[in-house]
Amino acid sequence: MIVIATESLSKRFPRVTALDRLSVDVGPGVTGLVGANGAGKSTLIKILLGLSPATEGRAEVLGLDVATKGAAIRERVGYMPEHDCLPPDVSATEFVVHMARMSGLPPTAARERTADTLRHVGLYEERYRPIGGYSTGMKQRVKLAQALVHDPQLVFLDEPTNGLDPVGRDEMLGLIRRIHTDFGISVLVTSHLLGELERTCDHVVVVDGGKLLRSSSTTDFTQTTTTLAIEVTDSEEHPDGTRAVREALHERGVETQHGTGLPGSGHVLLLTAKGEETYDLVRDVIADLGLGLVRMEQRRHHISEVFRDSDEQHDEQRKEAVGHGG
Amino acid sequence: MAVEQPLASPVPPSGDQTRIHNIGYRNYDGPRLGRAYARRSLYSQSLRGSYGLGRSAKSKVLPMLLFVVMCVPAAIMVAVAVATKAKDLPVEYTRYAIIMQGVISLYVASQAPQSVSRDLRFKTVPLYFSRPIETADYVRAKYAALASAMFVLTAAPLLVLYIGALLAKLDFADQTKGFAEGLVSVALLSLLFAGIGLVIAAVTPRRGFGIAAVIAVLIISYGAVSTLQAIADAQNNTGAIPWIGLFSPVTLIDGVQTAFLGATSSAPGAVGPGSGQGAVYVLVVLGLIAAAYGLLLRRYKKVGL
Repeated sequence: MIVIATESLSKRFPRVTALDRLSVDVGPGVTGLVGANGAGKSTLIKILLGLSPATEGRAEVLGLDVATKGAAIRERVGYMPEHDCLPPDVSATEFVVHMARMSGLPPTAARERTADTLRHVGLYEERYRPIGGYSTGMKQRVKLAQALVHDPQLVFLDEPTNGLDPVGRDEMLGLIRRIHTDFGISVLVTSHLLGELERTCDHVVVVDGGKLLRSSSTTDFTQTTTTLAIEVTDSEEHPDGTRAVREALHERGVETQHGTGLPGSGHVLLLTAKGEETYDLVRDVIADLGLGLVRMEQRRHHISEVFRDSDEQHDEQRKEAVGHGG
Repeated sequence: MAVEQPLASPVPPSGDQTRIHNIGYRNYDGPRLGRAYARRSLYSQSLRGSYGLGRSAKSKVLPMLLFVVMCVPAAIMVAVAVATKAKDLPVEYTRYAIIMQGVISLYVASQAPQSVSRDLRFKTVPLYFSRPIETADYVRAKYAALASAMFVLTAAPLLVLYIGALLAKLDFADQTKGFAEGLVSVALLSLLFAGIGLVIAAVTPRRGFGIAAVIAVLIISYGAVSTLQAIADAQNNTGAIPWIGLFSPVTLIDGVQTAFLGATSSAPGAVGPGSGQGAVYVLVVLGLIAAAYGLLLRRYKKVGL
């Protein structure tokens, strides 16, 4: 079953082309829509909600044509906008009940569903207090609740982790995962951070400049894009531990780069993990050298880096080749 | 976890009510009532909101106060009429709203921004339009709600007058006719004022600006028009007075009811429009109401999402 299907979908404004012949199929599950700001993510959501006509091409959501069945789509779909959208002077309960009724739920059902949904997104006693006093994390939960309250078949979440601290981010990502696994609702979630989508999504669609860059399942993606950051201690035997590791890894055919722009950048090495064996190799190499491993972590990619990645790797290799030659 | 285990005894398990079940996510398969229902819900929520019902205690103060201020003079007039056994009420039904126009303007200036600016300011509008409800539904619900709230505000004192008149045993047919004319007049006034108030308020997400702008438009236009009418009257140019009256909402309503609803004009020299000019008045009022609706639709086509 296909949840969302677009076929050479284009949206042109007088000055910009927001979407350029985008053709993509999205199945059930959690799908990430990744792109830099202005890549056309929000425009796509607007078209999929049937609120903005496409310049050309066609799109279907849940098997309904967006051009003619907008109202039917909006009855079955939830939407969580990127920006703030909550009035501060009403409580979460009142607000979500109102929104449930706007989705067509009868008064009693609206109240029951509101209580259920707020509980599922993790709002308890505070749901009776005015929203104005909530933390960002709680507000995001209310926004999510209003998108879920009418039990849609599909939700569009526009940048749901924006403005959250790392803990809040992880909780939100866990919640998004549950929307599919526990609630049985398909999710289209946008972000400009590829890293966080890799952990949550079954499938990732990357758009740039309104064009489809790639669409693949997350497992494919992770294999090619996971970057490991490692940092080691120095020892008497190896006064420059970083360098020693770098050389040892080079002998075994693993290329590393200096992680510039990171905290303690001089000591951080970046390398591309090809799979489980890379982790083992790094561990063994460091153990053989007798160094301490300070950290080994998956680096969160910024999406723009993914785009640049292939070019940069070519550049690096060329530079190194020149360096070795001289 | 202290889950109560059913005992292996012949006694039927009576502890069912105390057992806590962790119910997971439940799907909703009840009815979805669609656009018309959503529009009605938005209407009743906005209407209640216009009197602060379902909102904080603070936001109830002003609309309720204005409502009381609207009704108290009517109650006093009735008391006087009953006590003095007068043959007629001190004011006509149609005149009451004109006398109390300041209070009515204040009400629309405070409640129109409350009704629409909040949704704009807190960007709640996209949440509506991502649902089955559409621009026209939203505008109609908001317009109808504010117009109804204003009708309640302006018709309640007329009802007080009418009941008082009947208690004072004034002529029934006469009073009923006057009351009906008064109701038609305030209905038109409610539609016109609500339209003007909403159009102005929908332009700005800032509530303060909205309040100031609505007051300015209603009061300055009335001030300017009545000044010009007074000058025209002083110069014995009485023919111009009705035409000048077309340019402020209050004098428009005054003109319509003078021409068609048996009211006495409140313009200087009591010069009201004749029935020919009256038709122009009616057209202008209806045109303004339609224009307000059209402008609101256009405005919300733009801000939606």
